[in-house]
Amino acid sequence: MRPFTYERVSNLDALRARGGDGTKASRAFVAGGTTLFDLMKLDVMRPDSVIDINPLSASDLGGIQASERGLRLGALVRMAEAADDPHITHDYPVIAQSLTLAASPQIRNMASLGGNVLQRTRCHYFRDPSWANCNKRNPGSGCAALEGMNRIHAVLGASDDCIATYPGDFAQALIALDAVVEIQGRSGRRTLAFEKLHRAPSDTPQIETVLEPGDLITAFMIPATAASRRSAYLKIRDRESYEFALASAAVALDLADGSVRDARIALGGVATKPWRAREAERALIGKKLDEEAARRSGEIAFAGATPREHNVFKIALGRETVARALLRVAQMEV
Amino acid sequence: MTSPSKDKPALSRRGFLSAAGASSVALPLVAEAATKPSTGRSIAAPKPPDPAQVTLRVNGTEHPLSLDVRTTLLDALRERIGLMGTKKGCDHGQCGACTVHVDGKRVLSCLTLAVMVADRPVTTIEGLARPDGRLHPMQQAFIDRDAFQCGYCTPGQIMSAIACINEGHAKTDAPIREYMSGNLCRCAAYPNIVAAVKQARDLMEG
Repeated sequence: MRPFTYERVSNLDALRARGGDGTKASRAFVAGGTTLFDLMKLDVMRPDSVIDINPLSASDLGGIQASERGLRLGALVRMAEAADDPHITHDYPVIAQSLTLAASPQIRNMASLGGNVLQRTRCHYFRDPSWANCNKRNPGSGCAALEGMNRIHAVLGASDDCIATYPGDFAQALIALDAVVEIQGRSGRRTLAFEKLHRAPSDTPQIETVLEPGDLITAFMIPATAASRRSAYLKIRDRESYEFALASAAVALDLADGSVRDARIALGGVATKPWRAREAERALIGKKLDEEAARRSGEIAFAGATPREHNVFKIALGRETVARALLRVAQMEV
Repeated sequence: MTSPSKDKPALSRRGFLSAAGASSVALPLVAEAATKPSTGRSIAAPKPPDPAQVTLRVNGTEHPLSLDVRTTLLDALRERIGLMGTKKGCDHGQCGACTVHVDGKRVLSCLTLAVMVADRPVTTIEGLARPDGRLHPMQQAFIDRDAFQCGYCTPGQIMSAIACINEGHAKTDAPIREYMSGNLCRCAAYPNIVAAVKQARDLMEG
């Protein structure tokens, strides 16, 4: 690791005029460190200054609050804590499952929810600085993945400059449930639809979110709806555990008399950012959720897919993942 | 690298290897660093920060240390305190060999800065046996069930396995496999590791 200064902050006021994303502004917040220190050892992230925000756990950043209206998850809550919370496993199963199926037990004890949604892509060319051409790491240098080993790369939301997959799971559960993210900025706290947090790569893949320097995610708010309890996360990967998704689907349904009143589908492992498949959702409204409807929805979800040489399989796998997740959720007893 | 400052036997395998390694490796590295030209990659290297004064509480003993803030808990344990039981496998949070307990929870010491766990209780594999040398039930179970071959992943496996039981994730084989998935074993001793976890579970919960 390159040298950096380390500082620990114990209150939010001390954070004003500090912070950054670590790639450009050269200041990085750290909670669990499972992404940051990994990428600093690889020389991919090079912050001059690391600000340890863990003492803020004593504030509302460290708490889980469940009410009839919804759920508030503090950004410093650890993945394992949220995954095992009885309110979450019972009333928001897609949230609990997306966390339990991610990473390893050790990493889930360390990684915070705020850091989780900001984890960086697993693109080999991004993570290995011996490759000069990565537009995300080194803007304007090109993309080695376009003609390289792109089996794990995205088929949705890709651009000519970047096809790196957003690697997380929890974010898909959040967008499926219309979560809101709360952000502490230099001028106070603000909220934003979580779906608007991440950006597609377009021609600026180095800019992954709409966060400004100094912004800190403080919480996620998830509204309780008829669909949030009838929800699940299906994750397909090369091995059964401790692996990133090749395709995943966060699905939530509101069923009335056997037909679909509300449907939410978010896709992981196949897109450049947490991906909401709204057309695929719309096709289900008012229909009976049988195998045919589920398959049709899966096909619509991947209608705009743009595969590369080694990831064509993700279209068939993704369609099947959506269909299977829908059928599983339709059969849940809630 | 400083050698462990614990009471030393006349000649141990580890002491011998450590001393031999220091004399044969350190000199060439220094010579290379002195003569090798800069690689030319733009490194706007800030001056190395002042060392941090921290106290690590490991297995009930306090260790006041002066550390470069970049030092991971893993390197502090192995190279500054001399506790070599915690292993460095991938050093990137992918293998679990470096698993220790902080505040009673299993974490990866390779992705933890030592300064971030100052004054918090750390338990390593060396802290499991009783002072009279009696092994922890999980250590004994790994021996009884032949749950390793080369042994390199074993300290991490054992620290993870104890946490797995304490978390309540060891009721049947399926959750044991799932909740031990963060510890890789290249010798593939997995079936025997599951057997060891079950043996120790019955003793620990018994």
